[in-house]
Amino acid sequence: MRRAVIAFTAFLGGLIFLLAVPAQAAAPDQGLRGTLKLQGQPVNGVKIVVTTEGGQPVKEVTSNAQGAWEVPVDKPGKYKVTLDVKTLPPNAVIRGGNAVRTPTVFSGNVSTVLFALQPKGAAGQPTAEEGGETSPFLDQAAQLTFEGLNLGLIIALAALGLSLIYGTTGLTNFAHGELVTMGALLAYMFNVGFGLHLIPAAVIAVIAGGALGYLQDRLFWGQLRRRGTGTIAMMIISIGVALFLRYVFLILFGGQNESFAQYTAQPGIEIGPISAAPKNFVAMGIELAVLVIVGVALLRTRTGKAARAVADNPALAASSGINVDRVIRIIWTTGGAIAALAGIMLGLSQNLKYTMGQDILLLIFAGVTLGGLGTAFGALVGSLVVGLFIQVSTLWVPPELKSVGALAVLIIVLLFRPQGILGRRERIG
Amino acid sequence: MDWITIISTTVKSAIGVETVLYALAAIGINIHFGYTGLLNFGQAAFMGVAGYGLAVTVTVLNLPFWIGIAVGLIAAVLLALLLGAPTLRLRADYLAIVTIAAAEIVRLVFRSVKFKEVFGGSDGQRGFSDGFYALNPFPEGEYGIGWFTFSHRLLWIMLVGWVLVAISCGIVYLLMRSPWGRVLKAIREDEDAVRSLGKNVFSYKMQSLILGGVIGSLGGFVYGLAYASVQPDVFGTETTFFAYTIVILGGAARVLGPVVGSMIFWVLLVLVNGVLSEAVQAGYIPFMTSIQVGPVRYILVGLGLILLLIFRPQGIFGDKREIAFDVR
Repeated sequence: MRRAVIAFTAFLGGLIFLLAVPAQAAAPDQGLRGTLKLQGQPVNGVKIVVTTEGGQPVKEVTSNAQGAWEVPVDKPGKYKVTLDVKTLPPNAVIRGGNAVRTPTVFSGNVSTVLFALQPKGAAGQPTAEEGGETSPFLDQAAQLTFEGLNLGLIIALAALGLSLIYGTTGLTNFAHGELVTMGALLAYMFNVGFGLHLIPAAVIAVIAGGALGYLQDRLFWGQLRRRGTGTIAMMIISIGVALFLRYVFLILFGGQNESFAQYTAQPGIEIGPISAAPKNFVAMGIELAVLVIVGVALLRTRTGKAARAVADNPALAASSGINVDRVIRIIWTTGGAIAALAGIMLGLSQNLKYTMGQDILLLIFAGVTLGGLGTAFGALVGSLVVGLFIQVSTLWVPPELKSVGALAVLIIVLLFRPQGILGRRERIG
Repeated sequence: MDWITIISTTVKSAIGVETVLYALAAIGINIHFGYTGLLNFGQAAFMGVAGYGLAVTVTVLNLPFWIGIAVGLIAAVLLALLLGAPTLRLRADYLAIVTIAAAEIVRLVFRSVKFKEVFGGSDGQRGFSDGFYALNPFPEGEYGIGWFTFSHRLLWIMLVGWVLVAISCGIVYLLMRSPWGRVLKAIREDEDAVRSLGKNVFSYKMQSLILGGVIGSLGGFVYGLAYASVQPDVFGTETTFFAYTIVILGGAARVLGPVVGSMIFWVLLVLVNGVLSEAVQAGYIPFMTSIQVGPVRYILVGLGLILLLIFRPQGIFGDKREIAFDVR
């Protein structure tokens, strides 16, 4: 099996975006252009053939050392752009397999043509040359299950915090995704901005995430609770917070995709039918360890028991001597810290972007709702199911629509078992 | 700084296309949220299915404009039935999560490569508005005085849009004074009490969802026709939240609240945007670039939403006793 590896990363992180190159000197009125990159590295010498829609040849070019190519065309209209697969490096394939694009060129515009490249044998790419003993379908299913677990664990980290906050304060926090983004961007700031290695940067970011969670409750949500703001009003306020934070991130961070300075393109290792970069195994180990620690803390420690009591019935918990405000503050701190960790893990396995938290927010909600709103272990189970479902469904569903399936399942679950897997009937009203 | 441009775009925005289409979306949300107490976070999907219903019928199926409008309206009704059936029996926050998820599903399907032949992928569809502009009674040219002018196309879509807003407001005014409207308000106040009076709460909620969705879908038509195109990302969750901000700003459960809210909302956003981008260009704000001006509008909306909810949840015209959430 000559599979250049990398699994989950390849899915989003490792695939190549053709970014618009700034037009060089004497750009034509209109034309086609693109940039070929494999895992962030330019790919040169790839032949691109441009013809008109009718098949009249226009020009043949090869990508330069920056991976860029450009073809000026005389008049606007539809064109056919074919990438000569034989000229690609041996370890690269086009994602989706289709080497032909038919872009429309508008007058005075240079259209960007996208060919996303990914390492051969990466996820979502049925490999032509399967030499293993097991069937390719089972191979792929195992691989996707692994990736699904990875995604599910990340979702679970974020979902645990969301679910605990919901359980103790009744707040459906639409700004939880921004806590995830914040963790990732803080780690990026320490990592790339200040030049720290990723591991200390991540530790600082998680601590900072916890501190910000604490402050958010101390200075904002706690004050609102004291005024007696209703849960629906708080939910709408959280939408405002989410919009506010997300676009502050956009101003500070910019709209582009970034990745951490270390561990971005790791050569993969293979275990049985599964191939993945070592960082994915380490990340999953950390995620699992954190989830187990938080879970044990909830079950065994005094604070954990108090937290579950508050989630069950705040008034009763308060009357039996539990300091509800203190418990809520601890939960916000923990929730902020593990959301930040989820963001860092997400940034490690995909890319960093200012919308990364928003993009998984609905999956977090799906996990939480599936498991039962307000139940900590339900959130865990639900998130794993969502993560697995999303990745494994790509066996049948095109990868771009994988989230659609998960969200559709969320709606169907609500139809038949609205309290979720581990929820109880009386919670749903 | 070019104050004439800033002032003219701001004044025009008070009655412009965006004001109209967000007013329509907000009137729909006002029926859901203001009168019935339903948290529909998927209003953008109603606009989307309407806009795409029209676009796909005309461009892909080559059918006339009016059939496209009919398809769009039917799509909005179907979406309401589909959304309402599983969720209207559940608590408010479940409805919120499900509607927002459904809106994302709709958007992702519209922009998927798989259905590019039908919906046009992330570029969307264009070239379906000719049937509408063929009905334009205004001859070609610019209309107005001084800098306060609109092209004949813009004038036509604005006229139609404002007529739709007026009709929608009229419908809301009449319905909410009727026994039917009083049942809706009663559901908002106490669902169980209404149920104990023998009313079918589920059915009333569904009717409210359909009516508000259809009025919101008119906003989708106005968008598609005004810009002669539809793109999937226009109908994202931000659009819904803009409309919510408008409803709360103007005052929920008030007939003209969403309309006035939309006018104030867009005047403020356009004014701030104009002043900021001119100031950045003139170099008065050295730490910002012109690219960073765009996100400022979202930050303002977020901040506005937070402050409104905390300090004046009834908005400008609203009544504290008529808000669907606990006001304190």
